[in-house]
Formats: sequence, structure tokens, C-alpha cells
Amino acid sequence: MTESRLARAALRVASSVVLIFLYLPLVVLAISAFNDSRVQSWPPVAFSLRWFGEAASNSALIEAVLNSLIAGGGATLIALVLGTLAAIAVHRYRFFGRETISFLLVLPIALPGVVTGIALARTFKTLDISLGLMTIIVGHATFCVVIVFNNVIARLRRLPASPEEASADLGADMWTTFRRVTAPRLGTALLSGALLAFALSFDEVIVTNFTAGPGTQTIPLWILSAIQRPRELPVVNVVAFVLTLVSIIPVWLAQRISGAETAGARL
Amino acid sequence: MSAAASAEPGARQGGPLRRFAAWLHSRPRVRLGLLLAAPLGWLVIAYLGSLAILLLSAFWARDTFTGNVEPFHWSLRAFQQLFSQEVYRTVALRTIGIAALVTITDALLAFPIAYYMARIASPRKRGVLVVAVLMPLWAAYLVKVYAWRTILQGHGLLEFVTSPFGIESTGLTNIANAWLVLSYLWLPYMILPVYAGLERIPGSYLEASSDLGAKAGTTFRRVVLPLVFPSLVAGSIFTFSLSLGDYITPDLVADAKFIGNVIYDNSSLGDPPLAAAYSMLPIAVMTIYLLVARRLGAFSSL
Repeated sequence: MTESRLARAALRVASSVVLIFLYLPLVVLAISAFNDSRVQSWPPVAFSLRWFGEAASNSALIEAVLNSLIAGGGATLIALVLGTLAAIAVHRYRFFGRETISFLLVLPIALPGVVTGIALARTFKTLDISLGLMTIIVGHATFCVVIVFNNVIARLRRLPASPEEASADLGADMWTTFRRVTAPRLGTALLSGALLAFALSFDEVIVTNFTAGPGTQTIPLWILSAIQRPRELPVVNVVAFVLTLVSIIPVWLAQRISGAETAGARL
Repeated sequence: MSAAASAEPGARQGGPLRRFAAWLHSRPRVRLGLLLAAPLGWLVIAYLGSLAILLLSAFWARDTFTGNVEPFHWSLRAFQQLFSQEVYRTVALRTIGIAALVTITDALLAFPIAYYMARIASPRKRGVLVVAVLMPLWAAYLVKVYAWRTILQGHGLLEFVTSPFGIESTGLTNIANAWLVLSYLWLPYMILPVYAGLERIPGSYLEASSDLGAKAGTTFRRVVLPLVFPSLVAGSIFTFSLSLGDYITPDLVADAKFIGNVIYDNSSLGDPPLAAAYSMLPIAVMTIYLLVARRLGAFSSL
């Protein structure tokens, strides 16, 4: 250890300050969710659970939750299929343009979201495709593929190819080998990829705002519109608080299931 | 691949699916084609195709009377407007300036905690800290922006803390809010790569440096910083790109217009060719940024 005692103490203090900074808004939000007052102000006036009840009976909100679940499910399903296929291709084969494929997969999250959003919106408009759940799913799937791809290829790199070869030597055809040998070994990587893709889809708003159209709301879009209506803010507090809890669970699960390789999946 | 012959018996027993699989077995190029058809098809048609249409639509004319877009009628009008009107330059400089400021802020904030995680914390504590940094990263984006709104708005927590000192709240109209909240949002994206970069530096390098008589400051400047620099650049790709493309945060916490706001506001009802032309700016800026980052070795640190 080369760090002096003073340097170590300073680093400890600085780290604590950064952690407090990271959690302060989330804590403020959690407290606000239980504030009885309809008017938003600090400090909270009294403890109350009544806004949770109001949130549960808000029909626009419930519809938004359902839309988010459908969009997340659809996008995750597409991303699972496309991401796994691409990962197997890039891992198993050497071919011209292999690097380009990895680049192409990252592009939708490397370019600013507003660019992806307007590009898709312009295309749907030009092709006369009406905006709705389908177009939301297309947008989400486009940037979720890379998450599944990263998870699956990280797993494939750690696995030896010998069981697949043994399976082929024993007379299994490709489909049987995939079903009985490859898929079980990819299992947890697929599961954590799916969880992370779903989580990403569930809270996406920058692209969704372009591809949703006026009639369809996901939860983030509901929040975005409710923020403009002061009367709805107590319910927004509750939704935001619950959403924070819900969005952390898949990450925690993915972390448990397949360890550190998923840690930076969003990066 | 070595088993083309031994797969034959299995194929003879099965139906058409199995025969097809056996046929494929000896044709790796066809297999590769089938594997890649769906993902490549999706990305090329849905994504690159969309980007191409976006690029084309920047050159589409608008009916001067109704304002409707006329697809495939070509015009440079949108670009002329962008170059001739001062406001688009102001917005671009504001956005790029804030994005740069956010990146520097995050680098400064990320370094101490990343260093603490990588070199001082015990392995157990390190694991806890990594999760502690990851959880805010995955909390919903809009939720975090909204949380800051409740803190910064009039009668919020900030005013509650500062008003006893006679500091008045500027509410949600201060451009510094955009800097603060964007720095907050993307901070974990900087901490994690810098932490990974610092963790890769062997402790013996630092010991060697101090054995050779270097003071802590010199070791930091001449050994740690050059080795971790590619990771800093890798983190900056996220902080810069995500700030550059954001249009919700500046609107919600600072009431400010960024490049993204001009694009969004004009995307359907306003002036779509202008929005398309303006979106070439973040694409160009990010392309240059990524090329420079690759030169600096950032991609191997991701």
C-alpha cells in the first residue's frame, strides 16, 4: 500500500460524499411518496398512504402499466432471438465483416437516443405506419438486441466448444445439439440478458416519446405527461417510488444469476 | 465440423427437419447465413434504413404555402436555415458546452470513489460498493429527473436548506440545473469504467514508483493517470453522448433548449426536414468523438 493515511481518509470521505449524492434524490422521492399533502413542498407535512390507493385506481396509469409490460415483453422476446443468433454467429464463425456486426449492434445505443428516435419516427411516417404499441416494440427491440448479445457472447467465450463437438460426434444433428447442449449452458446468460433488456425497455422514454404516437402511453410517458399537471404530482411520487423499487429488482436478480459479466451490460 | 459422416445415421432415422439439419451440417456458410439473416436483416432494414431515410429527409422540400413535407422533392432549404440563423448555433454551443462540462464534472467525481473501490476497500466492501453504484444507474431515468425536479423546484428541499442563509431559489429555470442533473444521471457510467481501469493496474507498479523515490503526487501523475486515461475516455463516451442527446432533462429541470429539444419540437408538427438536418450535428460530433476515443485506446477499456 502506497497511499498515506491522510490520502486514504480523504478518499473515504470523498467516496461517502459521492454515494450520498447518488442516493439523495432517491431517498427524497421515497419520503415524498408518503407525504399526505397534495401541494409539493419540503418538509413533508404528515405521513399517509392515501396516494398509493389513488395510484392503484387510476385507470390511465393501469393502462400505461399494461402497455409497458407488453412493450417490454415483446421487445425482450425479439431481442432474445436476434441477440442469441448474432452472438452464436460472431462467436463460432470467422467471416468477412465480423467486426462490422458488433459495431452495428452497438450503434443504436452509441448514437444519442434523440437520433434513433427521430430516425424511426420519420421512417414510420414515410411508410405510413401508424404509431402505437407495435412501433414502440420495434424501437425498443432495436436497442435491446445488443444487451442480449453482450450477455450471450460473454458466456460463449467462457465455455469450451468440446461438449458441442462431442454431441455432434455422437450423432446428434445441429438442432438437437442446440436444444440439448448449447441452450442449457446458455440458460442463465439468456435469463439475465432478458431481465436487463426488459428493465431497459421498461423505463425508456427518449426514443419511446418519438415512436408511441398520441394514443399510447407507457409508464414513463404517463409520468412525463402527469408532471405537467400539479394535481397529479402526489400520484407521480408514488409511481416513481414503486418504479425505482421495481427497476432495481431485475438488476439485482441478473447480478445474482450470472455474476459480474452483466454488471456493465447497460454500458 | 469433423462429424459430417457420423451424423448420417441420425439423419436417416428422422423426418425432414432432421434431414435438413444433416444437410446443413456440411455447409457452414449456409448455416452462418441462416444465423445472421434475422439479426442483420433487422438492424440493416429497421435501423440503418431508418437512418438513411432520416438523412434523405433532411433534403426534402416543404410546401411554402401549407408547410407540408414533400418527400423526394429535393431542397437545401433546411441546411440554409440552420446555417443562417444565429439561434441554432447558440443552441449547439450550449449543448456541447454543457455536455463537456458534465463530462469533466463526472470524471472529477468518479475518480476518488473509483480509486477507493479499486485500491483501498476490502474485496467484500468492493462488491457492496459496485452494487451500490449500479443500482442508481438502473433506477428509471425519468424517475431520477423527476426526483431532482422535486428537490430544485420552489418550496423544494434545496430552498428549505438554503433559505435560512438568505439564498433565493431560482426554481426550475437555471441552466446550472441541467449541468447538475445530467452530471448526476451519468456519473455511474463514469465510475464503473474508471474503477475497472484502476483495478487492472498492478500494485507492484505503484510500489516500484515509490521505491524509486517518487512522492505520492508524482506516482499519481506519472503512473496512475496515464494507465487509467483510456478508461476515463471510455467513460466520457457515455457521459458526453448521453448529455448531447438528452432533451427531457434540460426541459424539465432548466427550461432550457438543447439540440434534442429543437429536433423533438420539429420532428412531426414543426419543420421535420430542419429536425432531420439538425440531427446530423450530434451524429457528426459523436462520430468524431468515437474516432478520437478509439485512437486514445478507449475501446479496449470498455
